[in-house]
Amino acid sequence: MSVSVHAPPAGTETYEPVFAGAVLDQLGEILARYPTKQAALLPALWIVQRARGWISDRNMAEVAEVLGLTPAYVKGVVTFYTMYHQHPVGKHFVQVCTTSPCNICGAEAVAKAFLDSTGAKELGATSPDGKWTVIEVECLGACGFATPVLVDDDFIESVTPEKVPELVRKYK
Amino acid sequence: MGYPQKPHARETVVLSKYFGDADARTYKGWIKRGGYEMLAQALTMEPAKIIDIVKESGLRGRGGAGFPTGLKWSFMPKEKKKPHYLCVNADESEPGTFKDREIMRWTPHALLEGSAIAAHAIQAEVVYIYIRGEFTEPWTYMERALAEATAAKVFGGIKIYLHRGAGAYICGEETALMNSIEGKRGNPRIKPPFPAAAGVFGMPTTINNVETLAAVPHILKQGAAWYKGLSLSSPKSTGTKLFSVCGHVQRPGNYEVTMGFPLKDLLYELCGGMQAGRTLKACIPGGSSVPILSREETEGCLLDYEGVVEKGSMLGSGGVIVFDDSTDMVYQIMRLARFYAHESCAQCTQCREGTAWTTKILERILAGQGKMADLDLLLDLSENMTGKTICVLSDSCAAPVVSGIKKFRSEFEEYIAGRRRAVMVA
Repeated sequence: MSVSVHAPPAGTETYEPVFAGAVLDQLGEILARYPTKQAALLPALWIVQRARGWISDRNMAEVAEVLGLTPAYVKGVVTFYTMYHQHPVGKHFVQVCTTSPCNICGAEAVAKAFLDSTGAKELGATSPDGKWTVIEVECLGACGFATPVLVDDDFIESVTPEKVPELVRKYK
Repeated sequence: MGYPQKPHARETVVLSKYFGDADARTYKGWIKRGGYEMLAQALTMEPAKIIDIVKESGLRGRGGAGFPTGLKWSFMPKEKKKPHYLCVNADESEPGTFKDREIMRWTPHALLEGSAIAAHAIQAEVVYIYIRGEFTEPWTYMERALAEATAAKVFGGIKIYLHRGAGAYICGEETALMNSIEGKRGNPRIKPPFPAAAGVFGMPTTINNVETLAAVPHILKQGAAWYKGLSLSSPKSTGTKLFSVCGHVQRPGNYEVTMGFPLKDLLYELCGGMQAGRTLKACIPGGSSVPILSREETEGCLLDYEGVVEKGSMLGSGGVIVFDDSTDMVYQIMRLARFYAHESCAQCTQCREGTAWTTKILERILAGQGKMADLDLLLDLSENMTGKTICVLSDSCAAPVVSGIKKFRSEFEEYIAGRRRAVMVA
């Protein structure tokens, strides 16, 4: 594991900062909500993930720089929260709830149907065409609407295995 | 009403009156329905007066602990020497619970109004509403409502901000939630100091659940005596409560009933009972962290803080998980243990090791490699996980395991004796 604290030597990598222009202004607005800069860390990480699709070590170093933290500290926070991607994921990211209340309503079959329909070979792996990553998640907080599924930011209720192929087609 | 179901005659609809009514989501629609009247009135009242009314109403925290709300508010310093904060716990992630989601999706202004009234009562100038990261839809409606209400300048000098979580059940624990707002890992803090003395950013803080705050404007409007009168059994449990019912019932959804309502009636009448040909096997009445009730206990249980304790469980968050006779209890208990193992913040040994080993032993039993001694081992492990850690996540893992072995021991023994094989693959 390596955490690149310093920018690599010139010429070996071109890094386009996330926090520049309008995005930097947006961060400024967020910072005004809290008495410490550190409190803007979770929102800042969301901004990075939205912009880049995942959060690289280099991104973490940038966030650390902007908020006056260390890269190791930022990594410690990133790794605590399951929704921050530390690796690139497919174009569409599918989260299927399989905790007990959904489980007894057939959630594992829904997860399997997503794997079958998307061509992603296993949970957490990305399909060969780069379009899909499917994971099982613990409780999405919509247990009365089993099985809830998050496709990117779309929260979809009452998904059954039969509905999955159609759903997958919609996102292609 | 039992959204997404039609309202049932036996419900007492207060908080859920506008569930399913999209117009109530807008500022204009909310004003038309009498919204923000109580906030305007509250802002002219002495904070201590508001606290007295809420104390008198008997309102208790709806997030799970059931702590008296007015009393919690009264712990905040009366003389303000430092900034005060209100944190709203909208990190709803207790398996079986999905009521705060509906409040935010359908009546975001109800939460904003209740939050602003609470902030005034505890003399807080800043409110952070911590919404779990997965709640994309509630977030959208909350953001829109906040922008509208802020533009309409209804909050006086109070500033309200939304803060998005990023996937961590433990952040629903109040001190972990505060750490998360501060930009830290969501590890719970050792108490004392309690939040009212040193909370978020080290300042006096109150943390309240969404449903608790949504009830506050109604209490101000209709009076403490009215709220206190909403009680079918214990005088210590007052008002209405949203029960999220899920699992093997015909009509899952949210149902708002008066405290003390019979669980049996909730399941068989309001939710339409089990699927055809099925019978009730077990029920978890207050979110996955509370002990499992047997069929007999379920059918004799009254839904209030005291009534559920009497049957050996807890009211918790009001997340009712229903299991019919088709359920493999061993497998489902393993899934719950796996949930806690996944969500442990890992700072306390008993929890980090205990949740993982509990899961491992249950998986071993399901795989047909268990020993009879494993059951005692699980109980011993659970005992060492109860009451010994900084927060109660560890206890929550032990609750379904201990009650499950006690009430469904023969199912575990069948696996161990090789008479049964897991239908589902772990």
